[in-house]
Amino acid sequence: MQAEAHMLEGGFAEPVLEAQATFRAVMDAMARPAGIVRIGPNATPPAPLTPLAGAIACTLLDADTPVWLDPLLSGSEAVRAWLGFHTGTRFASAPDEATFALFRDPAGMPPLDQFAQGTQEYPDRSTTLILQLESLESGPPLTFGGPGIKREATIAPRGLPADFAAQWAENTRRFPRGVDLILTAGDALACLPRSARLMEREG
Amino acid sequence: MNAPTYNFAYLDEQTKRMIRRAILKAIAIPGYQVPFASREMPMPYGWGTGGVQVTAAILGPDDVLKVIDQGADDTTNAVSIRKFFQRVAGIGTTTSTGDATIIQTRHRIPEQPLHEGQVLVYQVPIPEPLRFLEPRETETRKMHALEEYGLMHVKLYEDIARNGHIATTYAYPVKVEGRYVMDPSPTPKFDNPKMHMSAALQLFGAGREKRIYALPPHTEVVSLDFEDHPFEVQRFDKPCALCGAEQVYLDEVVLDDRGGRMFVCSDTDHCETRRANGFFGEMAEGGHDAQTSPLRGGRTEGPGGGEDGTNIPPPLTPPLKGEGNLSRPVAGVGSCKTSETSSFDCVAQAEGTPPGRTSSGHPPLKGEGSR
Amino acid sequence: MYVAVKGGEAAIDNAHRLLADRRRGDRSVPALTLDQIAEQLALGVDRVMSEGSLYDRRLAALAIKQARGDLIEAVFLVRAYRTTLPRFGYAEPVDTGAMLIERRVSACYKDLPGGQLLGPTFDYTHRLLDEELDGDAEVGPGRLRMGAEEPVSRIADILGAEGLIEEDLDPSPLDEPGDINQTPMEFPLSRAMRLQSLSRGDEGFLLALGYSTQRGYARSHPFAGEIRIGEVEVEVCSPELGFAVPVGRVQLTECQMVNQFKGSAKAPPQFTRGYGLIFGQSERKAMAMALCDRALRAEELGEDIVAPPQDQEFVISHCDNVQATGFVEHLKLPHYVDFQAELGLVRSMRAEHAEPRDESLPDMKEAAE
Repeated sequence: MQAEAHMLEGGFAEPVLEAQATFRAVMDAMARPAGIVRIGPNATPPAPLTPLAGAIACTLLDADTPVWLDPLLSGSEAVRAWLGFHTGTRFASAPDEATFALFRDPAGMPPLDQFAQGTQEYPDRSTTLILQLESLESGPPLTFGGPGIKREATIAPRGLPADFAAQWAENTRRFPRGVDLILTAGDALACLPRSARLMEREG
Repeated sequence: MNAPTYNFAYLDEQTKRMIRRAILKAIAIPGYQVPFASREMPMPYGWGTGGVQVTAAILGPDDVLKVIDQGADDTTNAVSIRKFFQRVAGIGTTTSTGDATIIQTRHRIPEQPLHEGQVLVYQVPIPEPLRFLEPRETETRKMHALEEYGLMHVKLYEDIARNGHIATTYAYPVKVEGRYVMDPSPTPKFDNPKMHMSAALQLFGAGREKRIYALPPHTEVVSLDFEDHPFEVQRFDKPCALCGAEQVYLDEVVLDDRGGRMFVCSDTDHCETRRANGFFGEMAEGGHDAQTSPLRGGRTEGPGGGEDGTNIPPPLTPPLKGEGNLSRPVAGVGSCKTSETSSFDCVAQAEGTPPGRTSSGHPPLKGEGSR
Repeated sequence: MYVAVKGGEAAIDNAHRLLADRRRGDRSVPALTLDQIAEQLALGVDRVMSEGSLYDRRLAALAIKQARGDLIEAVFLVRAYRTTLPRFGYAEPVDTGAMLIERRVSACYKDLPGGQLLGPTFDYTHRLLDEELDGDAEVGPGRLRMGAEEPVSRIADILGAEGLIEEDLDPSPLDEPGDINQTPMEFPLSRAMRLQSLSRGDEGFLLALGYSTQRGYARSHPFAGEIRIGEVEVEVCSPELGFAVPVGRVQLTECQMVNQFKGSAKAPPQFTRGYGLIFGQSERKAMAMALCDRALRAEELGEDIVAPPQDQEFVISHCDNVQATGFVEHLKLPHYVDFQAELGLVRSMRAEHAEPRDESLPDMKEAAE
């Protein structure tokens, strides 16, 4: 009963305007890869789903977009119920069937190539990964170039898999197929679309 | 019972989410056409429904919207779309290129360079650059998948063989980041260089054809060409008759039926801003040539000729029958006759012209020309 | 000083005022009511519901009034409203076998269970203008037969029991029929998706295409197996309740075409099907749809694709009249930026064309001397 009550709460108070504001933040971030955008999210989902990841879920997910949850999130009945109620989403049983994937523990996430990559004809039919990280500024710096980036852009996410750089280089090689990432930490948001090319690893 | 009610920005939230997801994928794969389940809109297909859907999906209450058609804020369809968003979203609108956060356009890119944070939304009739070579979607999709763009080069080269130069003047195909060939929408090729490394996000919506594509800021956009026939933009011999601007795209206005023409900025905001800053062309009141313009071809016949004997150029917006008087502020001008070919041609034809002459054309940009 | 023209806004406002005036027409003539339109122009209302893809007689009547009787404009109004409606769920498949029949004819059998039922048809009216209708002469009530004595079997089921007609299966591997509103179009389309598009397709376009198949462009030897018009119950399965509940009744026209098929190495000779199903009453549209459906199955049935009605990209991409009218009519929007670009090119090419001739004339003279 209590879980049920919790399930009904914590969505957007003003769904139309808050979804718009959250989307614009994600769009700006996707258009300027590795650049940090800050947004005060208004969703309050049950832990371990963070407010920002919850707000993004409320903005982009619905019945047409199966979502894959990592074990820490899918293990929470409250998170599943909350996502189901507020977005109407379905849960994908396998990573490569998912339109979106949500991670509480990105360091332990399956390799990027396990998710839907799209096809050469329809590269858009790929998974977008939403990562809950500890920080976007205190981890090992990664420098990117490519469309949306004037010269280069550096971001320092903490909590990515150890071999992320190698995995991302593979993802770049698959272009136009490949996955896109939405990185979140607190109120900070940054995107790594598949077009972002890892230039070098500093430090 | 069934009294219609509408959501903020008209579209329902489910539709917005679907369009928003398509926009994110479009940004992630620059130049690739993302299929989306385009909706019927309250304006006809072919009149900007794709652009309107994109704008409706991204628009928020703090946005300031500018809508242009043919470069002008006052063309009827631009007025209509602007009013639509005022009505369904209650947002602020502007005609100032610099002040707008979102600019929806049909057929032009503003002359003033766009800045970071702005979004330019294009209305696209036929998003597939290969469509006129191959009508089947199943085939063109394969060609994009395999990066098989030979047919497009053959077409352009046939132009050269037949006409001496590429005969595509608008919707001139571009290649994005060395991967996808993309249709820039029917903008004149004059505007192609503005897409390259633009600071603004460029979103393209094709409603009837159900496609969305995008150019993130700072993206390489190269017009297709050949080593021996490099891409070049149109160039006008005369400056704008109203504001004197050079290196801008001009509309030709027919003043009479005896060959009288004037050339004015297609970008009305650019033209007005220049005049507000004291720049005048030969046919603007206040311009030093205004009273001395040769009146060859007789006086113009615009609506409601001035009582003082001055004449009024016809409206830039074609008046529609039965729509009442288009009151038009008077510019005290006569008509001016220009020869048919002197005011407009392509740099491509100006072979053997001294280098200085090309300075009045659009400055060649890095990344133009052959790759 | 030249000031920005704002003529566009004034012109639009004035045009709308004039449109409203013309819509109302002579004020001494009473205004039409929606009831009058729905009751007395019912087939126009049906067409707007069918091609507008929204079953609501009142809104269709309103749209017809607002569109001054321009049915494609009315279809457009309805579609533009429909697209804003939230989607609550999907109905269960309707059972046309359980239809409350108002009309049912078969061209295949002289008599069959349920009988031939002419219903309200123009078929045998002599097309003589009836001056009586220029007034409100008393019209007697129609005669209704209460309750069918026997079930009105679908002819496809009768033929199917003998194995003479192919099974009614969508050969696509999809479990779900899909939804053309929610899914971007991807060719080749499943038959279910094609049927959705055809059902809201333009009556005139389908009529012409269907007609062309009869004249030899993808001929399919059709028989009007059955046409039935009547009401069916619509049920929606509610996840909360766990079972389907009726939400209302809709009038439908269904056409089953029975077409020749020679058979192949893997299938014995049997008849094939073309199917039409639309909102409201319009057997012309339902029949044309069935002809088009059959033609579009060419690939599935191993037939050569030789004519436009068999080409699904051609038919489906062009059957929507809201799309078609928009793009055809958009040509009246200003195109002067592009025209200017073409003008410049043509002028310069003409100049080039003229130049060598002018120069060559003296040269030739010199050569002659």
